Amino acid sequence: MEELLRFATAGSIDDGKSTLIGRLLHDTGQTYEDQAEAVERASRARGDADVDLALFTDGLRDEREQGITIDVAYRSFATAKRRFILADTPGHVQHTRNMVTGISTADAVVVLVDATHGVVDQTRRHLALASLLRVPHLVICVNKMDLVGWDARVFDAIRDDAEDVSARVDIADLSYIPVSALHGDNVVARSAHSPWYEGPPLIAHLEQLHLASDRNLVDVRFPVQRAVRTRLPGGEGFRGYAGQVAGGVLRVGDEVVVLPSGYGATVASIETFDGPLEEAFPPMAVTITLSEDLDVGRGDMICRTANRPVTGQDIQAMVFWMAQEPLRPGARFLCQHTTKTTRVMAGDLLYRLDVANLHRRQPEAGDSGAVLGENEIGRLSLRSAEPLTYDPYRRNRATGSFILIDPGTFDTVGAGTILDPER
Amino acid sequence: MPYRLSHLAALEAEAISIVRETVAQCERPALLFSGGKDSAVLLHVAVKAIWPQRLFFPLVHVDTGHNFPEAIAFRDRRVAECEAELVVGSVPDAIAAGRVADPGPGVSRNRAQTPVLVDLIAERGFDALFGGARRDEEKARAKERVFSLRDSFGQWDPRRQRPEVWNLYNARHNPGEHVRVFPLSNWTELDVWHYVAAERLELPSIYLAHEREVFRRAGLLMAASDIVTPDPAVGEEVFTASVRFRTVGDMTCTAAVASQAATVEQVIAEIARSRVSERGETRVDDRFSESAMELRKREGYF
Repeated sequence: MEELLRFATAGSIDDGKSTLIGRLLHDTGQTYEDQAEAVERASRARGDADVDLALFTDGLRDEREQGITIDVAYRSFATAKRRFILADTPGHVQHTRNMVTGISTADAVVVLVDATHGVVDQTRRHLALASLLRVPHLVICVNKMDLVGWDARVFDAIRDDAEDVSARVDIADLSYIPVSALHGDNVVARSAHSPWYEGPPLIAHLEQLHLASDRNLVDVRFPVQRAVRTRLPGGEGFRGYAGQVAGGVLRVGDEVVVLPSGYGATVASIETFDGPLEEAFPPMAVTITLSEDLDVGRGDMICRTANRPVTGQDIQAMVFWMAQEPLRPGARFLCQHTTKTTRVMAGDLLYRLDVANLHRRQPEAGDSGAVLGENEIGRLSLRSAEPLTYDPYRRNRATGSFILIDPGTFDTVGAGTILDPER
Repeated sequence: MPYRLSHLAALEAEAISIVRETVAQCERPALLFSGGKDSAVLLHVAVKAIWPQRLFFPLVHVDTGHNFPEAIAFRDRRVAECEAELVVGSVPDAIAAGRVADPGPGVSRNRAQTPVLVDLIAERGFDALFGGARRDEEKARAKERVFSLRDSFGQWDPRRQRPEVWNLYNARHNPGEHVRVFPLSNWTELDVWHYVAAERLELPSIYLAHEREVFRRAGLLMAASDIVTPDPAVGEEVFTASVRFRTVGDMTCTAAVASQAATVEQVIAEIARSRVSERGETRVDDRFSESAMELRKREGYF
């Protein structure tokens, strides 16, 4: 059985990220001849001497003409062991917005470091964001090793620098791989140039990552997407709740509670088109029925009676701001959290986080009007009109995350991770 | 290992969840159903997502009048099986009424589909349209969100896309706008075929190898028909070959591939070996330029 692994790549403008992706797609046999010919034609048209592997991924006309990457692109490829979905995030423009988009669903992030430049501010930002969004696995690919003569000392020095950064952020699993994306060393095939490197090439590393332990199988969380009331073909009434399991293993017979109302019931059945199940776990999409006839609707959360999330109207959050207009204290938004949408009001900004050095910058004393600008990250409190049922983000990415929506334009203007209530 | 899903099960769960989210957030959804393999998979996923309710939203087909009869027959059969409403936007009718310019005989009506679809959306007040597009099909599609906001002209603005974080999908829109929703965004051509095999889905017969009269045009194998006829003056000669279709669209711009694959399993084996992409092998319309798809999408195409 092939498992699905979602990963993101992050890098600065010239560290060869698009080349690495072109290499991954090419060396795993995902690029077709007609696409390769199109890339060759485009490279020639631009007057390039070599075929630019980056053109495999630059999807928009503006990107090809200007040689830049505008937006997050998603690619798929497979090896015999795993099926991969890759979010390709541009490092230079709209950095926070694109990184958060690309890595929010990622099991792993591959950060590129140019061997000739070493760890730069952008690397620190990538590591910090991956840590804030709690991506379980990080890989630092030290690229362009061919340009430093495959010198192990260069690789070691970059690893030491990155270790310094990672010691200050919270990263569970960090690995280092010396590569040359241009020549294909240690990407899919092991390189003969790095006898001093004992680890696997990038793709083998990604194939081996242990994913099962990344999922929260302890805390049962079932956000209700929609209540389903219908008559079955036999005329019998059906009342169930459709949703995607967001945590834990839900079983028939479980004693559950519906939040925020607090009414108790027992799971009568777990239904799917393909037949009933005895249990369901993330990320399965099922429809459950309860023993009691309760008033349950979209936005309610079903969980085990003995293991409940926090229910409250005041939350502390790290907010990633994505709109041009700054976030001001007192501003009102729609907040979409799991399947619930409610109005929220932003409180005062406690501090801004400088992701390049992880310094907290407090607003001036008495400056209660401090704002959060585009692509800035800050900690603030939010008050919701209706109670939210949540877990801290560090316990559950699905029940600890939300987006902020402008109530006028309906644009998504911010993303947030919920912090522990006591902090 | 317990509590793991196969990649197909994970992709299906994601797609089901996206369909349910759309139905919960939008008032008048509809599903674009052409009878092609991607829309057949999309419809199956939608049926699963809505179950045990019956499909309560309509299926929409923008018919160029140049479709393969096998695809239309399959479309009508599936509509009947699902007891769903079929809404057809007719390009020939729009041409007859003078609402759309006739590109001319034997020429692709792909771009003529866009205004017909946009009119249909406005007429019926659809606020969400499910489509079977996949990100692996084309480079511009790789950049499109699962929930893609369109203005009242159906236009896509790649520079104004909403950030799509976690699986928190924002389908909200103002009056006149609508969302295109692509539940199969993260599927590949092979995933679709593996799913067709695993779920034993029926497809139009022309996806499997059959004998057909074809001729070569610009390196592609075109089916000879009333609509697409060979030009002997440039050496186009009709011959019979064993072919199948890898994509099924307008007859004027969909080419066949030489094949002996008579079962879904054999098709999977052929595609896994193929060195040419789905669109490169069979789509005349994407061969015009590097940006053909992006430009059509900006104009409001699927």
